This record gives sequence, structure tokens and C-alpha cells, in this order.
Amino acid sequence: MSAKCRTVVNIGPSHPSTHGVCRVLVELDGEIVKHAEPIIGHLHRGIEKMAENRTYLQVVPLTDRLDYVGSMYANWAYCRAVERLAGIRVPERAEYIRVIVCELQRIASHMMSIGSTGADTGAFTAFMYAFNQREQVVDLFEALSGSRLTYNYVRPGGVAADLPEGWLERCREFLAQHPAAMMEIDELLFGNVICRARTKGIGVLAPQDAIDWGASGPVARGSGVDWDLRRDDPYSVYPRFDFTVPLGERGDCYDRGRVRLWECVESCRIVTQALDQLEPGPVKAEGLPRLLAPRQGDAYDHIESARGSLGVYLVSDGSVRPYRMHVRSPAFCNLALLPLLAEGHTLSDLVVVLGSLDPVFGEVDR
Amino acid sequence: MAGVDEFARALEDTPGGGVVLTSIDAISNWARGHSLWIMPMGTACCAMELIAASFSRFDFDRHGSIPRPDPRHTDVMVVAGTITKKMAPSVKLLWEQMPEPKWCVAMGNCAVSGGIFHHDTYSVIRGVDEFLPVDVYIAGCPPRPESLQDALLRLREKVRSESISPSRRRTVEGLLPLPGGEKR
Amino acid sequence: MTIDELREHLCAAYPDLCPLFSVEFSDGVLLVDQARLREALEDLKEMGFDRLGMVTAVDFGDEFELVYRLTSRSMRVGVFVKASVPRSTACVRSAVDLWPAADWQEREIFDLFGIAFEAHPDLRRILLTDDWVGHPLRKDYIDGSIIRRPDYL
Repeated sequence: MSAKCRTVVNIGPSHPSTHGVCRVLVELDGEIVKHAEPIIGHLHRGIEKMAENRTYLQVVPLTDRLDYVGSMYANWAYCRAVERLAGIRVPERAEYIRVIVCELQRIASHMMSIGSTGADTGAFTAFMYAFNQREQVVDLFEALSGSRLTYNYVRPGGVAADLPEGWLERCREFLAQHPAAMMEIDELLFGNVICRARTKGIGVLAPQDAIDWGASGPVARGSGVDWDLRRDDPYSVYPRFDFTVPLGERGDCYDRGRVRLWECVESCRIVTQALDQLEPGPVKAEGLPRLLAPRQGDAYDHIESARGSLGVYLVSDGSVRPYRMHVRSPAFCNLALLPLLAEGHTLSDLVVVLGSLDPVFGEVDR
Repeated sequence: MAGVDEFARALEDTPGGGVVLTSIDAISNWARGHSLWIMPMGTACCAMELIAASFSRFDFDRHGSIPRPDPRHTDVMVVAGTITKKMAPSVKLLWEQMPEPKWCVAMGNCAVSGGIFHHDTYSVIRGVDEFLPVDVYIAGCPPRPESLQDALLRLREKVRSESISPSRRRTVEGLLPLPGGEKR
Repeated sequence: MTIDELREHLCAAYPDLCPLFSVEFSDGVLLVDQARLREALEDLKEMGFDRLGMVTAVDFGDEFELVYRLTSRSMRVGVFVKASVPRSTACVRSAVDLWPAADWQEREIFDLFGIAFEAHPDLRRILLTDDWVGHPLRKDYIDGSIIRRPDYL
């Protein structure tokens, strides 16, 4: 078909399938996507600029709102950068608690993502099943921090408060039933012939492209790029746990979804081990001033979030406020792959590809 | 709705027609209030709670509300999340595409007043009521799904104040004063 | 490769910059000036730094500092490259041809700081509206609509 037969269709920014506020300008040749351009920035709130007028502790609630599906690890990435900058040593119990909440948060985040894959391919019930698991994790977090979504729990120097009474038992109850629930979702969603037809072979990402474009997390691992910060650049107490990193083979939407599913099962394993190894102790570093004023300089630290390598770069001028805070957002870097992955597929596949990249626009737009 | 207005006026003019009119209003407002379909304008974190409110645990469907992505199928626009200057034209456009009667719920601190993003930001609109007529405000960051359901139940009071006859539409006593100090 | 081997190689390649190479937090940090930035990036790419993790900028008043973070999976080492760019002539060669990951990140720096990238395939604003005036993350950005937060210390 010649170029003059192409139609330009606008998807979004308010759209049920865009997982947030994303506008995609699609150039179509019939049903086939010739070019898909994501237009982002609809949720750009200026968090990096705002951080320059907040103290180091006051920035923590802002980081909650970055990746709002995963506030715990967003807080943690920022706190690690602050601790690196200020030379704060975090007590061991706090590190274990951080790992526990981060892995539980990974489960909650992947439930959102897998459920959305179901919704995108028409299997809405899978969304409900996945949300059942997510609600249980959110209940645990509500007992811990008081909030269902934006927790403000991981703070520089430790965590806000110790685990409440009875929390460990509730957590173990959740972990006991979670792997079976994952197998159920695997069978219902990824075993369903329609979902397989709609995700296998769609949005194939070659491993070299994944590396060149800076993709990370399940998007890169779905293509077989074997890199997970928890194992390959270990931080916190991760070296003490025994876990595997699931890898995909073909790099299509199916593989990315299943990598996320298996990561949930592995997270269960990590949390079980962490609960077994947990010892009593303080949960905050001793003697931390309320107004942290780190030395002049800069620091970068990163963690493996549900979306990939989430990093925070902090520059300090010696005062109580950061001079510059930059968030290296994995969702932002992964979303840049959309034009590459969607080309040649149909319009309905574009939605599935966007879902499999799992963008969260608080983090993409900051 | 010229036909309906004339019909309403005719009813008002006939003796005893007022009873018929109020009965029609009661039934129509009951039907509308108990089947408020929502347009989820979820941009940020509150959208997660909006989704959770529609799902099995909190179940919006038992109140008659289902989320419909198309503005032309909905009664209530729930603005859940921060509205930025880049996003506002789309929200306004979708609001105008919704057919009357329509209501707007501002869910979450960001939609109410800009919330945590009120200060130091260059791109956030401080409260969606800067360009939309909001009927119910829900505070919270994010508010619980039950708050959203409570808001829709309160919205039924406003819906009850509607009438097919233009002269009978009354205003609802709200909690907040209008700008200028007068009570609604 | 270890950090020490990396330092040796870079010191041999950039002897004048050698005293400025520091090792912090298990990552090497190489400070270059704008003129040698492209050369340093190409050299590091050839050495095996196949992944560009982050590109960002910091406004230090009369100059911007561009910070690149490169990693190598095979060598298991990371390096920061920092380049000072004078404010008056804020224009740098784009790194998109070396690592496509730089595409959107350079657009973001252009949008929020106003640093132009030569040879970038599509340098437009990415996060703000196309008709936005000014570059908000600059320290001298003035916008009448900003309400400054009081000091709650």
C-alpha cells in the first residue's frame, strides 16, 4: 500500500488499555502498525524539581508517588542513595525487613501487570484472580504502614517502624497459598489458547536490542538477557538467599508475562528464607539527625525493581536539601522500545505489547 | 430536550399534575442514582484505588456502578489522580463529551487541590475544580476504595435533586461554602 | 576486568585526565571536558561497555555537568563519565549512534535543561508540552505559577 493510504490514529491519553496516561500516535496501513510513537509527559509533575526544596526525609513521600504500584522499592532506591551519600549504616533487621517488603511489593506489582495482560487479551477474570493476591499483600502493607498504596515506610537509615504483632504469621499464611495461586493463574491465563495466540510471537525483542536500548527487568530477561541486580550486583542481604532468576527464550509478550509470574514464585522463596533468618534488633540506624546534611558530593545507587533497574542519582551541596535528584526510571527506558516492538503488528497487538512493557507513568513521567 | 420540557410544563399546568411530575422525578432519579456509570479518569496512584474499588473485594457493581471507558456511556466522571497542564485539555474534552446530566467526583488530594504537588511544581493543576464543576470531593492520598463508594452514595442525594421540569430543580445543601462565603 | 585494570587503561589513554579518575563505591568515575567527551564514550564502548544505564545533567550555575553511567555485563564493572558543559554554549554530540538508550534520555535533558544534542535523530521536548517556554530544571528557571513550599524544617 502506498504511503497516502496510511491513517493516523490517536490512542489515549485516557484509554482503558494504556495502563496509565500514555498517548500513542499510530500510523496504520489497514490494520498493520507502521509506526507507533508514544507521547509521554501527561503525568510529569516535576518531582525532581520539587525534591530540591524538600529535606532528605521529606523527599521519601515523593518517591512513593513515582512508581505508585511499587512504592516500597521506590522508597528503597532513594534511601540507598541517601545512605551511600551520607555514609549511613543500616541495621541488619532493617535490611531484612526491606528485602521482605520489596519482594512482597514485587509480587503485588506483577499481579497488576499480569492481570492487565489478561485484561488486554480479553481475559478479564484473570485480572480479578490476580487482584485477589494483590489485595492480600496490600492488607499486609496496610498493617505495616497504615496505607494501602503509598507507604512512606522505607526511610533513610532503616524503616519507619518494626513489624507489628502477628504480622509474621499473616505473612506466612499468604506465602503458603501464593505459589498455588500462581500456578492457577498460569493455567488459566497463559494456558488459555486465546491468550497464547495473542501473546506468543508478539512484540519480539532481540537480546542485543534489549542491551542497546538499556532495557532491564522482565523486559530484558524475557529476551534471555541474564542480568538481575539482586544476583549480579548484589546489595543489601540478597547474597544470603538462594533463588533463581527466570529467563525467557523468545522475547515475546508471552515470555515476559511468564517471567513475571515465575518471579513472583521466586519472591515467595526469598521472603520465606528472609522470615526464617530474621533476628530481633533495631530497625533504624542509631543517632541519625532528623535533618540529614550529607557531605558535598554525589552518589548513585540502584535496586532491582519489578520493572528493572531503578536508580537514584543524588547530588548534595552539604545542605539539608538535595541539590539534584535524578531518578533513572526503568519504565522510561523500557517504554522507548515501543516503536521497535509494535511495528508490523496489528493495532490490537500494540495494546498487548504496551502492557507487556509494564509502564507505570508516575515513574515514566516523574 | 424540548419535548420533555413542554410535557413537564403541561403537567404543571394541569390540576393534580404535580403529583404525576413528582412521581416521574422520583422514579427517574432513583433509577439514575442507582445506576451511576463512572468514567474512570484515573491518571496516577488514585487510579489503583479506583480499579480496586471496581473489583471483587470492594465491588462497585453492587451499587450499580460499572466503569465505562467511553464518556458517552457514563454519568459520573471520577477524576482520580494528578492532572497536569498537559493532560487538562484531554480531561476537559472528555467532560464535554459526556451527555447531561453528568456529575464530577474529584478523588484524592491531587484532584481536590493539587495535594502533595501543590507546592514547587510547574506543571500540576491545583485541583480539578479549576476547570471542571466538581460535585463531590474525596480527600485522601489515596483515599480508600470505600471512600469512593461513599462518595457515590452521597452523590445520589444530588441526583435526587434533579427534575424533568426546569423550574423544580433544587439545589442541595452541601458541606462546603461556595467561594464568597455563601452556603450552597 | 577490575576497576584497577580499567583505571590503568584509561590512564594510558587519557594521561592528562588520570589524576581525575576516581573510584567511588566500586564504580570508576572519569571526568572529561566537553571536547574529549565523544572520544571517551567511543573508547569505552569499544572496551566493552555495551550498556548505557543513565544520562543526566546537573546545573552548577555557570556550567552544566553531564553524567553518563556505563556498565558492562561481561566485565561486571561500571563507570561514570562526567563532562562539564559551559552554560553559554550548551551543545554536545549525541550518543544515540553508540547506544540507542540515549535517545529518550537526551530528549529529556534537552526538555528540562536546554542542552542541545547534535546529531540526535529527533530532538524535541518529551515531558512538557511542545509550546512550553523555558527549561524547568535549570536553577534560574522562573515561573510565576510556582507556589514555593514554606520551610517546614
